[in-house]
Amino acid sequence: MSIDILMPALSPTMEEGTLAKWHVAVGDVVKAGDVIAEIETDKATMEVEAVDEGAIEALLVPAGTEGVKVNTVIARLAGGATASPPSPASPVLPPRGEDLSHINPPPQGEGDREAVEGASPALADLDLPAGTIFIKQTVRDALRDAMAEEMRRDDGVFLMGEEVAQYQGAYKVSRDLLQEFGARRVIDTPITEHGFAGLGVGAAMAGLKPIVEFMTWNFAMQAIDQIINSAAKTLYMSGGQIKSSIVFRGPNGAASRVGAQHSQDYSSWYAHVPGLKVVAPYDAADAKGLLKAAIRDPNPVVFLEHEMLYGTEFDVPQIDDFIVPIGKAKIRRAGTHVTITAHSRMVGLALKAAETLAAEGIEAEVIDLRTLRPLDHATILASVRKTNRLVTAEEGWGAMGVGAEIIARVVEHAFDDLDAPPMRVCQEDVPLPYAANLEALSLPTADKIVQAVRAVCYVS
Amino acid sequence: MARARKIASPGPMTSGKDELLKFYRDMLLVRRFEERAGQLYGMGLIGGFCHLYIGQEAIAVGMQSIQVVGDQIITGYRDHGHMLAAGMDPRAVMAELTGRSGGSSRGKGGSMHMFSTEAGFFGGHGIVGAQVSLGTGLALANQYKANGKVAFVYFGDGAANQGQVYESFNMASLWKLPVVYVVENNQYAMGTSIERSSSETHLHRRGVSFNIPGEEVDGMDVEAVREAGARAAAFAREGHGPYILEMKTYRYRGHSMSDPAKYRTKEEVDTVKKTRDPIDHLREVLEAKGWADEAALKAFDAEVKAIVADAAEFARTSPEPDPAELYTDVYLEAAQ
Repeated sequence: MSIDILMPALSPTMEEGTLAKWHVAVGDVVKAGDVIAEIETDKATMEVEAVDEGAIEALLVPAGTEGVKVNTVIARLAGGATASPPSPASPVLPPRGEDLSHINPPPQGEGDREAVEGASPALADLDLPAGTIFIKQTVRDALRDAMAEEMRRDDGVFLMGEEVAQYQGAYKVSRDLLQEFGARRVIDTPITEHGFAGLGVGAAMAGLKPIVEFMTWNFAMQAIDQIINSAAKTLYMSGGQIKSSIVFRGPNGAASRVGAQHSQDYSSWYAHVPGLKVVAPYDAADAKGLLKAAIRDPNPVVFLEHEMLYGTEFDVPQIDDFIVPIGKAKIRRAGTHVTITAHSRMVGLALKAAETLAAEGIEAEVIDLRTLRPLDHATILASVRKTNRLVTAEEGWGAMGVGAEIIARVVEHAFDDLDAPPMRVCQEDVPLPYAANLEALSLPTADKIVQAVRAVCYVS
Repeated sequence: MARARKIASPGPMTSGKDELLKFYRDMLLVRRFEERAGQLYGMGLIGGFCHLYIGQEAIAVGMQSIQVVGDQIITGYRDHGHMLAAGMDPRAVMAELTGRSGGSSRGKGGSMHMFSTEAGFFGGHGIVGAQVSLGTGLALANQYKANGKVAFVYFGDGAANQGQVYESFNMASLWKLPVVYVVENNQYAMGTSIERSSSETHLHRRGVSFNIPGEEVDGMDVEAVREAGARAAAFAREGHGPYILEMKTYRYRGHSMSDPAKYRTKEEVDTVKKTRDPIDHLREVLEAKGWADEAALKAFDAEVKAIVADAAEFARTSPEPDPAELYTDVYLEAAQ
């Protein structure tokens, strides 16, 4: 009886990878624990171990094949007499044994991919000069390039955080920076968020321009005192004497199947605080241009990235020193019937929802907030005055959230322009569940945005 | 003491007459300033929290004497003494206490939040222990810039139980950062005695598991402070990494102005005042050396009295900040 060996997922968000190398040939007998193949993603190279005993019957994907989807059958094992009963769910465990997400591929992944295609460069980059050349780049590499360019420009800029140097970044955002800039400027810290955030702020007070990477923003709760009490408030408390030009950055929001403690959106937490600037880009061009602006900004900037977007490619303009100003929203899609505000990953879902709605005759205007503090409310108000309807989309909880703030401002300044009560799309009011079905129920989706838009347009 | 390495001698440590007289004058200034601050608080001119440094003067004054221009100082909220020792204008400090436009933060910081980049004084921080990470970051910047400067980071016995102190110790030692940690052990974290809060009450040993040398110092003896401070500063400045000085000291007043004083006896306070007072002690040293020139000491009294009276008058009459100041200093303008 044959056992299928499937392409494993090596991380919560991996959807495909390169089958770099086979360590076995047809006919070889393997036992559980034997390394049979090597798989590469843009984040990591990992070995795949057999979990059953038997002879290799067939290698179905040749070594060197790129873009092998998770759960593709890559080999077949002829089960021996002692082989354990085949289990289609776990023919191969990922090497670290901690991650079984390939069993239920993340439902969000497909949505992102479709949405990306909906964002054409022409619409996304209205301000760029005619004839601008674009290259395809992942958000991850765009962030990396932003840091590298600013580090080349200013010796005071340095990166510190967990695994940023030798490991090349937990999510490979700092790939090759150690090689180019050395250990003085790319600093591996111990696992000590509260401490290294404080060190970063202190170094900023002494005139340096630190980039403090949190492996995820979830871990920054250990450090939030230094971000708010020290970085955000000291300029004011010192009567303008002590500045903290510092960027705190890392992935924010839900990843996939990593549970409640690793899946939280901190947008509204930090956007609440005067003294901080808060940036949450969606595509690679904004990730690059806004991160460069953040590094140069004389104020502390909270820079919220999204793990689910790191590997997504977008068009990035080939312009020297491409900067996107902080505090300016971008209209990603023009429309006349309803305004949808979104930031970070939700922009993709909003664009996808807009496509669906367009097929129904509803033209949605999608505003990518890009910066949450200072919020570009002029762009939001102008849009609502045109469309007279508003749906806000965010990944975090609704209570006291980004949508609540936007709706409050619209009600305050454009109440008479509204033709329907605004609606919020957000995470359900629960800690994010682990179970795939519950997780999907909890998170905002393109479909939930579509439903909210129908409701504010009084379409059933 | 767990000194790990041999360090270069910081030079002869006998203090000359002029230096001791200056110590006397500076400690007296802190004492009289704080007494006046207490008085202004009672009059309602100072609001909120106000933590007085009375009793601990020898530490800020003694440590200041071994610093060089460009070294940094950072401390918690019991900060008036450090600011005066660092040479900040007593008028600006007192006017900050009264929340006036002439204050060092233009009235927007208050007692716990004063700064002077000129004096190398980086605050003035209200969150217990936060200044330890921040100060270690100042040291990181010194190393990054290779400027030969040392960060002097002050915290109390209360802060010594905060987690980020040890996160900072670890990184400071790991990276050999030029930082001197000065633990002002006044024996009470608000109303909790060190015995009731700390499993290891010898705070100079708190660096042992990070390979940070530490020593206990009589924080009521300005000469002892100066000598230990010089040793620690030389160690840090020469690239050996952090050093811990545990200053045994005592605060005469309450934790803040609203202290019920139920956690220690009046006799205990009086005994320290009678037997260990840093200013009386220095006066005795001066007398023993025959340096207690009565006229000079009287002149100090008069000078300090005048400075403090002037500062108080300035702090009382300086106008409140212009309402337009409400929205200044929230952000710096980004250069585009």
